[in-house]
Amino acid sequence: MPLDVITGNQAAGCALSLAGEANRTARGAACGIYPITPQTEIVEYVARFPFTKGRVVPVESEHSAMAVSMGASMSGARAFTASSSNGIAYMAENIMVAGYYRLPIVMVAVNRTLGPPWNIWADQGDTLMLRDFPWLQFYCETNQEILDTTLLAFRLAEDKRILLPALTCMDAFIVSHTQTETAQPEQSEVDRFLPDLDLPHRMHYNEARTLGGLAWPHEELSMRLEIDDAMKRVPSVYQECRKSFTEIFGRDPGDMLQTYEVDNADLILIASGTIATTAREVVRRRRASGEKVGLVKIKMFRPFPEAALREACQSASRVAVLDRNYAAGTGGIFWQDTRAAFHSYRDDVLIQNYLTGLCGGDVTPDVVDDILTNLASRAEASDPVWIGVETGRRTLQ
Amino acid sequence: MTATATVHQSEECLLRPGNTNCGGCGMSVGLTMLGRALAEAGDTCTLVIPACCGIVTAGAFPTTSYAVPTIATTFASSAAVASGVASIRDLNDEPGQVICWAGDGGTYDIGLATLSAAAERNENIIYICYDNEIYGNTGGQRSSATPVGARTSTTPSGKTENKKDIMSIMAAHRIPYAATLSVAHPEDFAHKISTALATHGMRFLLLHSPCPTGWKSEPGDSVDLVRLAVASGLFPLYEVHDGARYRINVESDGADPAEYFHRQRRFAPEEIDLRMTRRACADRVQRLRALAERHPIDG
Repeated sequence: MPLDVITGNQAAGCALSLAGEANRTARGAACGIYPITPQTEIVEYVARFPFTKGRVVPVESEHSAMAVSMGASMSGARAFTASSSNGIAYMAENIMVAGYYRLPIVMVAVNRTLGPPWNIWADQGDTLMLRDFPWLQFYCETNQEILDTTLLAFRLAEDKRILLPALTCMDAFIVSHTQTETAQPEQSEVDRFLPDLDLPHRMHYNEARTLGGLAWPHEELSMRLEIDDAMKRVPSVYQECRKSFTEIFGRDPGDMLQTYEVDNADLILIASGTIATTAREVVRRRRASGEKVGLVKIKMFRPFPEAALREACQSASRVAVLDRNYAAGTGGIFWQDTRAAFHSYRDDVLIQNYLTGLCGGDVTPDVVDDILTNLASRAEASDPVWIGVETGRRTLQ
Repeated sequence: MTATATVHQSEECLLRPGNTNCGGCGMSVGLTMLGRALAEAGDTCTLVIPACCGIVTAGAFPTTSYAVPTIATTFASSAAVASGVASIRDLNDEPGQVICWAGDGGTYDIGLATLSAAAERNENIIYICYDNEIYGNTGGQRSSATPVGARTSTTPSGKTENKKDIMSIMAAHRIPYAATLSVAHPEDFAHKISTALATHGMRFLLLHSPCPTGWKSEPGDSVDLVRLAVASGLFPLYEVHDGARYRINVESDGADPAEYFHRQRRFAPEEIDLRMTRRACADRVQRLRALAERHPIDG
């Protein structure tokens, strides 16, 4: 497999294009595309790709980009798109609809601060805004991980036990625009990994069916329950897809929740995206000096891997949740879900939230080190701690 | 998620009997005429319908009033969803038309950017707007298709702005075919559907669609009202090829538009300036005649 030096965006564009091309032996592929910084390079890649049986539709808005992809997906084609930040907010209505239509669309998102004021740097608030929609969500750390997870997302989303759309996310610029060595798969490998899409409820031109009309409460309720059932099946189907991926591509795309040095760890950091990379290095240094610290990286955010998270934190008395996102009036979103995961299972764990890297701020090893020191000194949890606020208000100092 | 029904390829029946549409609904008549024209051409269609009475028409899961495949879309998205559907149809060499069936709210207002973009891309779809000049499904609010003077629940003293000229907007995209339709002129309706079916690329059809509920008119008057609209020049019947060549299909006979207004209680007599209306009708007809003479379809 060739190793190329490419950006995270190119890795994502490669995965989307190869996945689309793999469906040429079935009903083909199509997508609506629309530019927004820092995602644009992905749709440029897709627009240049010489699809055998595919169409890339350059539309007038993100809302229509998802609409075109939905039309293609309803027709049984493999469909995808990419977006970021306010583009995701503009697309939100159709993102939600794609989920309730049970369309296995894959979208790559480059996590960028929502404006105003305008800022193009990393913040997860854009995709976490979609957390209550029926979509799978994955947060990736490296170029290789975004490529692999995007391919895996198609297989998982299209599995008849799941049939839900999937988001694969990466931090703006830190991943999207950073070039690293990345293994780009061969088309033949992707062909083996992704079987022809066979969407059971696709539209047929000669079948009188109405997709998405009216429903009475009890009918719609049962459809919601089916979504819940599908979400519950995700962890086990994920492992099947992961195993198959490893066999075909010769590398592990990574577990939905990834641990580092959690055995006997008293203090555990919980992080996602590139913050996990920095945190891993800090944990390595602290372990080298004999401290019982560990890291849990949450890769899959929806469905939230509650049981795996509790298991990974078994030995911990204190955990720090590092959030590069903020839900107004509450705190970090991973923190909220972490607290919910422990609630009524364990009440002896101190769970402290640190809001760090918000609005594109840098999260350096020193920042993570300070967080660990702060966590170790705590007898009880407080309100979320804001890091990097220049007034010093509510910071670690 | 999907309402499945036995495929009912009855040649005449696109809209099945037993639907709950209002009496005198122009949209229902239009759907029936569309079904007939498709059957005569031996063609089929997939309907793509945004939020509007047209999707309520389908009825509740698991039944459907449509005898053709039908997709419900979000309000602003029908032309974009149809672009995706038509793309995959064409990639798979499948027959049948992809037809957007949208109200004026979904066309003139919330869906206009989507429609404009699909027209600019010359998507291989047919877009039919059934224009009842009102947000009918939500109980009758003004849209940009509501004519000046009309009372709606959001213009209680009559609308003060003019109706948007959507045909000129669509013609300006230089799409292969654009035409107006009236349920009072079924032969012309059939001719235009058959022209649209035989044309490739973006086709836009505007149907003047009486709505007794919103227009506060008698259901039995629906066809008469839209006939008067054609005769007086309020809603001329014409077609435009490539945004450049024009033909008037049914000439205005100079009928006075007064009766059209008097027979609908959405218009209060004191709020309608008949003198202005007559002049606007004459100007509209004159402008179209000039276009048709200078740039004829057969020229």
